[in-house]
Amino acid sequence: MSDLIKLNASELVDLLAKREVSSVEVTQAHLDQIAKVGDAVHSFLHISGESALATAREVDAKRAAGEKLPDLAGVPIAVKDNLTTTDAPTTAGSKILEGWIPPYDATVVTKLRNQLLPILGKTNLDEFAMGSSTEFSAYGPSKNPWDLERIPGGSGGGSSSVVASFQSPLAIGSDTGGSIRFPGAVTGTVGIKPTYGAVSRYGLIALASSLDQIGPVARNVLDAAYLQDAIAGHDPHDSTSLPGSLGSMVEAAKRGSLKGKRVGLIKQLSGDGFQQGVRNRFAEALTLITDAGAEIVEVDCPSFEYAIDAYYLILPAEASSNLAKFDSVRFGMRVAPEGTPTIERVMAATREAGFGPEVKRRIILGTYALSSGSFDKFYGAAQKVRTLIQRDFDAAFAKADVLVSPTAPTTAFKFGEKVSDPLAMYLNDIATIPANLAGIPGISVPIGLADEDNLPVGIQFLAPAHEDARLYEVGAALEGILEGIWGKRMMDFAPELKVN
Amino acid sequence: MSEITPELVRHLAGLSRIDLDDAEVARFTEQLGVIVDSVAKISQAIDGNTPATSHPIPLANVFRPDVVEPSLTQEQALSGAPDSGQGRFRVAAILDEE
Repeated sequence: MSDLIKLNASELVDLLAKREVSSVEVTQAHLDQIAKVGDAVHSFLHISGESALATAREVDAKRAAGEKLPDLAGVPIAVKDNLTTTDAPTTAGSKILEGWIPPYDATVVTKLRNQLLPILGKTNLDEFAMGSSTEFSAYGPSKNPWDLERIPGGSGGGSSSVVASFQSPLAIGSDTGGSIRFPGAVTGTVGIKPTYGAVSRYGLIALASSLDQIGPVARNVLDAAYLQDAIAGHDPHDSTSLPGSLGSMVEAAKRGSLKGKRVGLIKQLSGDGFQQGVRNRFAEALTLITDAGAEIVEVDCPSFEYAIDAYYLILPAEASSNLAKFDSVRFGMRVAPEGTPTIERVMAATREAGFGPEVKRRIILGTYALSSGSFDKFYGAAQKVRTLIQRDFDAAFAKADVLVSPTAPTTAFKFGEKVSDPLAMYLNDIATIPANLAGIPGISVPIGLADEDNLPVGIQFLAPAHEDARLYEVGAALEGILEGIWGKRMMDFAPELKVN
Repeated sequence: MSEITPELVRHLAGLSRIDLDDAEVARFTEQLGVIVDSVAKISQAIDGNTPATSHPIPLANVFRPDVVEPSLTQEQALSGAPDSGQGRFRVAAILDEE
């Protein structure tokens, strides 16, 4: 039954629990789809078909024996390749880690294994998650299933494209400045960055430790809620992981309501300078939100003007430090220059050969931002802007339950359009970066297609720290209204993939 | 005018242990110059009284009980190393011959 791949994860949860389908059938259907479209979309860096089927057989045997299993047991998933896995290579999209098999599993991977989700494979990303398009992956870009000549967003373009092309109903992403939400917006899928610390980062190859957060990638809000509930929680291995529970996201999504909510329209992110089709869909969504009983209030966040600048100082600074561990000693590539070089020369030759252009650019920029003489002017100033952005959010959330903006200024752009202009590439994240700087949660939900190019547009909701449930509640409500109007789901608009 | 010069890029690359070639130095000098000029406006946003934020959701005093827990074996820890021997990471000479 090839239709199995078109089902939402939450539908699979029900069918599996009732034993109307087996996990082996579901997993095999997705592996068949991977075989069919995998080369064209290039979402995966590694496919783990055998171990996925082994997990599926285990689920089916346990269900047959009457065991009560976790909700998502038997529902296949794909994992971004910057999370460590002991049974599959982990590259973070970089040549410097090619072929590395980590000696431990990321906590999120352990949770997926414990809850018996068949892991289909590891998904592509910009090298060390630095990018908005997957064009900086050392293993070639992933394609947008809506138009194979366009980017699937980044850094998590493997995870977004895998879900948008029905190769998996669910995927794991990581979001440092928008790497879950931007790919979600441009592929017509749902992506959530939970509150900082809601999901353990243990085993996530760190980009910027004070910004990184793992989160769910799915085709609808309820599916994402199931996944966040499955991966969230305190982890003694991550000292920044939150001590308490944030509650049930599934309940929030099922509740799905906008009634009485105060929705803050961010003056600085209300669409000025954004693509016209993005603005049109966003304006319509605001009308629907009002019609559903919410009140739109304007909020002013003047410091957001400096958010990208602060981000592109803090992120490179943290990254330059985090990536120092790739030194040719403990793991990964080693390149030895001729003669009898010292270890320093081996390190420099290895890092020259192993890192791609964006990684080198950001390491050097970060080293500059942290060097004496420019520290106060750059890194120190950026940390102060971070305070101002948090204050802007505090003031905004005094007036509103959630904030709203388009997720991205444009729809998916074509390969090569921005790859040689770093500043243009950085602007894709203008609406998503403030949430990472403040540690608050954000969701991107598809709201239709832009008039000029028929490509997906996303809306972003933001909530105060620890209030992730609000995102699922309003996101599911808006999604339900839109699906009612369309008479189908967002992904049902997607053109049939052309594969040879 | 940007303060990013080819000499500075070479110096930073040396600190970062990346052996850039001449073409990369030229390209990064230009690109980093544009980026640094753009982010420099950040100093307009703040005054001396703004406190710095290093972490979005600060948690203080995160401890665990002081008991030994399982960790990687020596073999596991060495499993990804490009070169090892006698239970250690093997590397090139730390010091120059001179």
